[in-house]
Amino acid sequence: MIGTFPVPELGHFALALAVALAGAQAVLGLWGAQGRDVRLMAAAPALALGQFLALICAYGALVISAVTDDFSVLTIANNSNSHEPLIYKITGTWGDHEGSILLWCLILGLCGAAVAAFGRNLPSTLRARVIGVLGLVSSGFLLFALTASNPFLRDWPPPIDGRNLNPLLQDPGLAFHPPVLYTGYVGFAVPFAFAVAALLEGRVDASWGRWVRPWALASWCALTGGIALGSWWAYYSLGWGGFWFWDPVENASLLPWLTGTALIHSAIVVEKREALKIWTILLAIGTFSLSLSGTFLVRSGILNSVHAFANDPTRGVFILVLLGIVIGGALLLFLFRAPAMAPTGLFAPISREGALVLNNILLCAICAVVLTGTIYPLLASLLFHAQISVGAPYFDATVLPLSIPLFLAMAVGPVLPWKRAAIREVAPRLLGAAGLAALVALATVFSTRQWVVVAGFSGAAWLIGGAFTDIVARARLGRVPFAASLQRLRSQPSAIWGAAIAHAGMGITLAGLAGAALGSASVVALHPGQATLVGGYQFLLRDVHGAPGPNYTARIADIAVSRNGVAITTLHPSRRNFPVQQIDTTDAAISTNGLRDLYAVLGDEHGSTAILRLHVNPMAPWIWLGALVMAAGGGLSLADRRLRIGAPARRRRANAASARPA
Amino acid sequence: MTRKRRRLWIVVACALGLGSASALALSAVSDNLVFFIAPGDLAAKAPPPGRDFRLGGMVAQGSLHQSTQDGRPLSLFTVTDGRASVVVRYRGILPDLFREGQSIVALGTLTKSGQFRASEVLAKHDATYMPKDVEQALRKSGRWNPAAGPAPAAASWDTMNVSKAGG
Repeated sequence: MIGTFPVPELGHFALALAVALAGAQAVLGLWGAQGRDVRLMAAAPALALGQFLALICAYGALVISAVTDDFSVLTIANNSNSHEPLIYKITGTWGDHEGSILLWCLILGLCGAAVAAFGRNLPSTLRARVIGVLGLVSSGFLLFALTASNPFLRDWPPPIDGRNLNPLLQDPGLAFHPPVLYTGYVGFAVPFAFAVAALLEGRVDASWGRWVRPWALASWCALTGGIALGSWWAYYSLGWGGFWFWDPVENASLLPWLTGTALIHSAIVVEKREALKIWTILLAIGTFSLSLSGTFLVRSGILNSVHAFANDPTRGVFILVLLGIVIGGALLLFLFRAPAMAPTGLFAPISREGALVLNNILLCAICAVVLTGTIYPLLASLLFHAQISVGAPYFDATVLPLSIPLFLAMAVGPVLPWKRAAIREVAPRLLGAAGLAALVALATVFSTRQWVVVAGFSGAAWLIGGAFTDIVARARLGRVPFAASLQRLRSQPSAIWGAAIAHAGMGITLAGLAGAALGSASVVALHPGQATLVGGYQFLLRDVHGAPGPNYTARIADIAVSRNGVAITTLHPSRRNFPVQQIDTTDAAISTNGLRDLYAVLGDEHGSTAILRLHVNPMAPWIWLGALVMAAGGGLSLADRRLRIGAPARRRRANAASARPA
Repeated sequence: MTRKRRRLWIVVACALGLGSASALALSAVSDNLVFFIAPGDLAAKAPPPGRDFRLGGMVAQGSLHQSTQDGRPLSLFTVTDGRASVVVRYRGILPDLFREGQSIVALGTLTKSGQFRASEVLAKHDATYMPKDVEQALRKSGRWNPAAGPAPAAASWDTMNVSKAGG
C-alpha cells in the first residue's frame, strides 16, 4: 500500500500546512491579545496543536520513506542505504541538514503544543502572546525548511541504492545526541517567547518567574544531557582520546548552556524576590539567540569547524536574515519596553540574591570570553582578511580563572539567607565542606604536583560537600533524633534536593576534569607479541585479524592489558571500512572500572606492525556521570509541586461557576 | 541599604566581572592566536621557530611515506598549495579521512631544517569538503577557482616539488 501511496508528497503537503498554521497561530495569537479578543486568543492554542500534528505527519512521512527505502527522495538517497540496520535508517533522517532542520521545527512545534496543553493556568493574553511568538519563530524556520532545505525533494530517476549514512554517524550515541541537544536548544524558545510576551504586556512579576522557570529548567536539563552525550560520543567514537576540543560546534552548545544556567538561577530571584526582572528577560532573549546562532551559524558554514558536516554557504543568507529578524526584533522590543519596568526588591550584597547575581556575572563573563574566542577568527577574516584560529590554550587560560570564584560561590550561595546575611553566621556552616576540601587536597598533593589537579579535586569535594550542607542543616542531623531527621529529609521540597544534586553533579564533573589532566597517552607501533607500558599499565598486542560486518569490513586488534603482572582485561579496538563511501572509521575500545578508563585505538597497519594509540584516563567516566547527575537534579527540581501551584488550572475551571473565594 | 547603594554594588560587581573577563581574554588571545599559513606564504611570513601555526593545503599525490622509528610511527608527506610545498612530519595516527590528493590542515611548528613538525593533523569529516583556509590558499595561488568545479588532483600542480619530496 505504502509503495503506491505518495508518502513524501503527503509529508511535503503537511510541511506546507504547518507553515500556514504557524502563520495563523502567530497572527491570531498576537493580534487577539493586542485587541483582547477572546475568540482569537482561544484559537491560538488549537492552531499550535494543529501545527504540531502537521509536523508529526511531515516527520512521520520522512521516516516512513526512509524505512521503506524510497531512494527517489533526495535526502534519503544521500543518507540511507537498503543494507543499513533499521535504527540507522530512522536516525539517519536527522543525520543531514534537511532532516535536522525538520527535526528542529518539529521540536519547536512540540514546544508550542506543550504551552498550549500545559499553559492553561496562564493569564489568557500572556498565553496567547507566548503561543503567538512561538508561532512567529516557527513560521520563519518552517518557511526556511520548505523553500531552502526541503527534505521531500524528489530525484528522478531514483538511484538503485542510497549513498549510505555517513559511517561516523552510524553509532547509537550519535543517534540520540541530536534530538536531545535540539530539545535543549529549541526548548529555550519558550522562555524567549515568555520574555517577548512580557515585554509586549509591559509587566513582569513573581508569577512570571514561576511560569518561566520550569520551561527554562526542562530545556536546561535536555541541553546538559545533549552536550554530555555529544562529548561522550566524541570521546569514544572519534578516537582522539579527548572529550572537549573547544571547537566552534562545541562552543555553540556551551554558550546557551552558560546563559541558560544563569537564567534558571536569576528566574529564582524574580520568583522569590521580584528583583532582577529586566536582567532575566534579557537572559531569556540572549539564551535563545545563542541557541539559534549556535545551530545555524555552524550549519551555514560561516564558522570554520573541525567536525563540521557538509555545509552549504548558499543557505547562509536566508539564515542570517532570519536570525537578524528574530534576535534583532526581540532586542529592539527590549530596548523600547524594558525601561518602563520599574526595578523592585532590595537586597544587601551579601545575601542569597547577591550570590545569585555573582553567579550570573561570572557565568556571563565565561560566556563572553568563550564567545570572543569563537567568533574572533570570523571577525579577523572579515575585518583584517587574516586567517586565524584561536587554540584550546586560550580557552583554558580564560575559562579556568573565571570558574574558580564561581565554584567557590556555588557552595556558599545556597546556605545564605535571602535579603541580607552575616558572614560570621554562615561561615561555621561551611566548615564541614571546607574540611572535606582540605582533606582531599592533602590526599592528592602527595600523588601529584600539578596544582590544577589538586585544586580541581579539592574544589570537587568543596562542591559536593557544600551541596549537601544545606540539606543536612535542614534535616537537623545530629540535633534531633535520627528518625526525625529522616522524616525531615523526606519532607524537603524536591527543588531543594534537585538543587543540591545538580550542584553535586558539577562537583562530580569537576573531579572528572581534574582526573583527565592526569591521563597518559602514547602512540606506538607494535608487532603482534610486542608490549608497551603506558601510565603503569602493560599493553600487549596479541593479534590483528579481519572480521565482516553488516555494511562494512573490520580489522580488529586483541590487546591484553595487565598491571604488575595481573591480567586486567582484553581490549578489541577496530577499524571499519565502509565500501559504499570508501570511508574508514575507527572504533575505540574502552574498558572502565568507574575510576579509570583504559582506551585503545587501532590505526594503520604497515606489514605486520600495527599503529596503536593507547590512553589511561583516570576519572574519565565522572565527567559525563556528573552531567547526568546535573540533569537528574534539574529534573527532580522540575517535579517540585511548588512550580505548578500558583493558579491551579483544573480546579479553577471546575469551580469557575461557583466562584468560591480563593 | 538604599536603592542607590545596591545599584552601586551591582555596577561594581558587573564592572569587576567584565573587566577581569576582558583582561583575561586580551592577555590570552595574543599568546594563543594561531595563524594559518599556506606553503606558498611560508617564505614571506615565516613565524618564529617554536611558535605554533596552522599549515594547510593538499597532500601531494604519492608523497606519503609511513615508517616506524623507535617503536613509534612516523608519517612524512608533502603539503602543497600549488606555489610551494612543505614536508610534514607527524608521529601519530593519521585521521580516517586522510588521503593523498585531499586537503588537510595541520597544527605544529617549523623545524630548523624547514620541515613542519605537526602535533595534530585534521581532515574533514566529509570527504568532499574543502577547509575554508585551504580553499582561500588555493584561490590565491591561482590553481583553483571553485566555481569551475572540483579541485584538480594535487599531483598535477607542483610536480617538481613532489619529486623533490619523494627523493
